[in-house]
Amino acid sequence: MRRIGNIAVFGAVVRRDLTLALRQKSEVLTTLFFFAIVASLFPLGIGPESALLHRIAPGILWVGALLAAMLSLQRMFATDFADGSLEQMALSPVPLGVLVAGKIFAHWLLAGLPLVLMAPVLGLQFDLDGRSLAILAASLLLGTPILSLIGAIGAALTLGVRGGGVLLSLLTLPLYIPTLIFGAGAVEADAVGLSASGHLALLAALLSLAVFFAPWATTAALRIGLE
Amino acid sequence: MLEGIQLACVRGERTLFSQLSFIVREGEPLLVQGANGAGKTSLLRMLCGLTLPAAGEVHWDGTPIGELGDAFRQDLLYLGHHNAIQESLTARENIKASAALSGVALEDAEASEALRHIGLRGREDLPTRFLSQGQKRRVALARLMWNKALLWVLDEPFVALDTAALGLLAGTIAGHLARGGLAVITSHQEVAIAGMPAQILDLSS
Amino acid sequence: MKDGITHWFKYASPQNFYPLAGKLWPWFAAAGAVFAVIGLWISFIVAPTDAQQGEGYRIIFVHVPASWMSMFIYLIMAAWAGLGLALNTRLSGMMASALAPTGALFTVISLWTGALWGKPMWGAWWVWDARLTSELILLFLYLGFLALQSAIDDPRRADKAGAVLALVGVVNVPIIYFSVKWWNTLHQGASVSLTKSPSMAHTMLWGMLLMALAFWMYSIAASLARVRCIILERECHSEWVKNALE
Repeated sequence: MRRIGNIAVFGAVVRRDLTLALRQKSEVLTTLFFFAIVASLFPLGIGPESALLHRIAPGILWVGALLAAMLSLQRMFATDFADGSLEQMALSPVPLGVLVAGKIFAHWLLAGLPLVLMAPVLGLQFDLDGRSLAILAASLLLGTPILSLIGAIGAALTLGVRGGGVLLSLLTLPLYIPTLIFGAGAVEADAVGLSASGHLALLAALLSLAVFFAPWATTAALRIGLE
Repeated sequence: MLEGIQLACVRGERTLFSQLSFIVREGEPLLVQGANGAGKTSLLRMLCGLTLPAAGEVHWDGTPIGELGDAFRQDLLYLGHHNAIQESLTARENIKASAALSGVALEDAEASEALRHIGLRGREDLPTRFLSQGQKRRVALARLMWNKALLWVLDEPFVALDTAALGLLAGTIAGHLARGGLAVITSHQEVAIAGMPAQILDLSS
Repeated sequence: MKDGITHWFKYASPQNFYPLAGKLWPWFAAAGAVFAVIGLWISFIVAPTDAQQGEGYRIIFVHVPASWMSMFIYLIMAAWAGLGLALNTRLSGMMASALAPTGALFTVISLWTGALWGKPMWGAWWVWDARLTSELILLFLYLGFLALQSAIDDPRRADKAGAVLALVGVVNVPIIYFSVKWWNTLHQGASVSLTKSPSMAHTMLWGMLLMALAFWMYSIAASLARVRCIILERECHSEWVKNALE
């Protein structure tokens, strides 16, 4: 028995959440299936005209990824809240921010990173070329962590609250809009010949802001929810 | 030394208790009693710092716990109504995970030892979903075996335990108190803790 | 000096603030009415007809001040909420909750008048330009705040959770505004600025400022009246409320 530092605890939290999710298995797969279905809904609703689809593909894929990430937010803290683990985390001598950061990172690995990997595959359905697919993946790689971080705040605020899922969406979606604009915008900018680097740089800036601000806000919200 | 100073609790619109003051010293457990809904759990949560009291303060060694923050939690072990165990993890994995969350790395052998002490030998590698209520409670209690925290705040720790486990738990708490630890316990049952003169706080009055 | 400050602190208690708010709000309502009359007179009578946009442009005198107020109130609401979180006072949270519906109202007015202005201007009831879209997102932020507060039963938790949300929102509002502007640059740029000379006639500027003042007075009056109701609701079991209601 020995004391371990915050980084080791961070790793332990990530390992724990990954183990739990992989034993349930449903979480990763349902997020991916949802993403695929939503991406297919748009052509079905709009029409199969390929020039039009090619034009709006970045937006569709980004909105699909955003909705898929948002649906998985509910699970970030819900089970731990229900079985009393969240309470124990709040009473741990390890700063709650470290534990929360671990949970958010694990959430991204399970619900964000798969979207980054799947998006280029779906992008082929929309006839996007290799370069666009690369930029799409890069924008999602920067953007999905932001979605997990901001979503964590919403999930923490709606702990055990009535109408949780829909309320969570109402709270989080307006905050997701800048990420959506810069993310989809990066791919579109590149498609019309402008540089995507401005958009990607802004995404990186949002990510840095979120990394510093979100765990703190989430911790405050969790303590409020546990009162 | 844990001190509650003029604590008040308001639930909804009812004041459950007010101007409650007490001191808990090493070796002398505080038994909190009262009818259902009298505010026992609320009081314990206040002592842990989970809830802010409507009035009054909680002091640990003379300093308000709000100021101490993580330093206070270093000395604290709380066992609430929930077991805080995950059903898809095995008993051993649960113990190691909850230890890691409090910043302690337990070896497999130490986790097994704790489970053996609490009477779950042979069940260490079963996913806890296959254990009975009482066995799950024992997994939650296994923390008391390895955790060296000074202050134990236990909310109804004797619930769902059979006679053997009751004796085991009472012995563990007695040992903790003998080593200079502090304990605040709520219980409906009259459980004597091996010759320790207990301070009794009845919230119904 | 110290006595003076302590004297003001007594109003931090809902019990003392209740009668103060009761005395103040009619004055603000009256001031609002006066400013509104003068402002509307300038807007509809004094200000000249615009060369390009004809008479229809006059709705700008309601639209622009309403937009300003919707953003200003969000800031004030977040400030009260932050104060309540930091100092753990009850009244601050109540003020934030009292401001939210008025803020949401001005956002709706802004969007609605924006549409009424847009139809003759751009031929459509809605255009996705930067300012209108930001207003729409601000409306969602207000609705989120109101929804969260109404979903949580415990008023103290509702106040604190709302406060965190409002603070997160206030940090995001400039980011959202910047990103939406980046996304679309159709709307005419900010034509009224306090630091550089306005690009529109002075009478128009006065009209807008007076309407803004009118809305501001109204907001204060409405919030004070609303916070009185909230105080009564929250403190309904204390002695002074029972005495006050007899």
